[in-house]
Amino acid sequence: MNNTKTKNLMQKIKRYWPFYIMMLPGLIYLFINNYIPMTGLILAFEKYQVASGIYKSPKCGLDNFKFLFQTKDAWIITRNTLLYNIVFILLGNFLAIVVANFLNEVKRDVTKKVYQTVILLPYIVSIVVVAFLANAFLAGDTGFINNHILIPLGLQPVQFYRETKYWPFILTFVSLWKSVGYSCIIYLASIAGIDPGLYEAAALDGATRWQRFVQITMPCLKSTIITLFILAIGKIFYSDFGLFYQVPMQSGSLFPVTQTIDTYVFYGLTKNNNIGMSAAAGFYQSLVGFVLVLLSNLLVRKASEENAMF
Amino acid sequence: MVENKKGYTIFLHTFMIILCVLCLLPFILLIVVSLSSESSLLTEGYSFFPKEFSLAAYEYLFASPTIYKAYGLSILVTAVGTAVSIAVTTLIAYPLSIKELPGRKFFNFIVFFTMLFSGGLVPGYMMWTQTFHIKNTIWAYILPNLIANGFSIMIMRSYFMTNIPKELLESARVDGASEFVTLWKVVLPVSLPIMATIGLMSGMAYWNDWSNGLYYVTDKKLNTVQVFLNNMLMNAQQLDKVSGAGLDMNALPSTAVRMAVAVAGALPLMCVYPFFQKYFVKGMTLGAVKG
Repeated sequence: MNNTKTKNLMQKIKRYWPFYIMMLPGLIYLFINNYIPMTGLILAFEKYQVASGIYKSPKCGLDNFKFLFQTKDAWIITRNTLLYNIVFILLGNFLAIVVANFLNEVKRDVTKKVYQTVILLPYIVSIVVVAFLANAFLAGDTGFINNHILIPLGLQPVQFYRETKYWPFILTFVSLWKSVGYSCIIYLASIAGIDPGLYEAAALDGATRWQRFVQITMPCLKSTIITLFILAIGKIFYSDFGLFYQVPMQSGSLFPVTQTIDTYVFYGLTKNNNIGMSAAAGFYQSLVGFVLVLLSNLLVRKASEENAMF
Repeated sequence: MVENKKGYTIFLHTFMIILCVLCLLPFILLIVVSLSSESSLLTEGYSFFPKEFSLAAYEYLFASPTIYKAYGLSILVTAVGTAVSIAVTTLIAYPLSIKELPGRKFFNFIVFFTMLFSGGLVPGYMMWTQTFHIKNTIWAYILPNLIANGFSIMIMRSYFMTNIPKELLESARVDGASEFVTLWKVVLPVSLPIMATIGLMSGMAYWNDWSNGLYYVTDKKLNTVQVFLNNMLMNAQQLDKVSGAGLDMNALPSTAVRMAVAVAGALPLMCVYPFFQKYFVKGMTLGAVKG
């Protein structure tokens, strides 16, 4: 009995060993790039000293967290990360559904493709280029908005990079502008999959365009919408570092409305040399982010099981 | 009814055209500014209709070796990074698609878990700089970006599972082909669409990458186009701060040159991607909902 088992195992190894060799480079890479840094999260509980390194610096318990949560920063970065994400998710999905629905009704394939190509352009350029584009409009002295809109209208020019009140709108606009072409693709695929017979039957019954949208398109998109929403909620503790770092051009006076957890961690690590707080904020993000992914997946499984990730 | 339909069509196209114009206008402004003469920029600001056009920015830009070096490095990093990334991703995704592979569930979990949990920036930064010493080397651009997490592996694995007929693999095995030969000669030829998708996503990530330059590169000789741009943007901001107090335009690239570099950074991808758009769209639909 035991003998056949061993023999079986030998046979299996003989048959499958090339597959394990194939996986080796990827597994080694993931181990280095993704798993080793997870152990480095211990940094959040240490008073980091360069000479001692990550794993041998003296422990300090929860001190880093105490300092972090005693400052106003913890509240500000959490609020900004969450609020921006909520607005991006709601408006982004709304716009994506509208655009996907319109794109789907464009009859000529060439026209449809041209539209789609153009609205995808913002998605493929780097956020650094986007920061340049935004700067061309917003710059205080040479910007387009001041020179060619506000001044000709007899209004006072605005120093955009110094005034916080405009930035929630600017960042939301830039985020939607960059992502709408991308996010409507998924909805477009779902809409294209709806049985055209449903629409024909509804049209025969005299249903208006709006009625068809509300009673056919939306119900058919329900599971896609729910899934995308919940997946987005799983990532709600993470922000697009480039958007919040580049587009406001690191202007210090805008920090109350532009700092998110990701930019805070970066500034702590590189500029303010406050590794303890930076590591604590990173740990806070990893942990809460992880819990949110698990929770949101649980919700997906409840809502539509085939769309759950695990 | 017919009238109504016509009205709707007009509304639909008007909406889409406005959206397209909104998407394009900033790029047009960028290009026009890069082609404007410095004096008209200083007197009338950034405009879609400058008083005076000029190629000076591009002449200045392409006269200095900096931009060629940056382009060269960007192309090298993108080519090497993308090629290695596709190779490593394929090599791990293929075995994971073999249902009978012993330990498949375990390895799947190892790959998948990287999508759920991450150590974040600080520990990763410490490891790459202190253990692997990638600071100010070309590896700083290639290594941290190779496979961000298990996402692309999972997409490719599910493509293999749904698109490669089992009989095809069986018959190769009966013919005595080794697993490596089967992967190369049987699996790859029918998997070109997913290779294009993964390659495009990886190539885009490499070409557009500026953050690794920000974290790990201080040596000006090692600037890619995006890092060069990023440094100029930081300088531009310092310029903005002192702007009332008399500019020293000689110390920094002039306004038009900065915009010309931005054009240079954006243009290659914008020109290439319409040809690959099909794969791009396909990859997103594949990956976005299902992990």
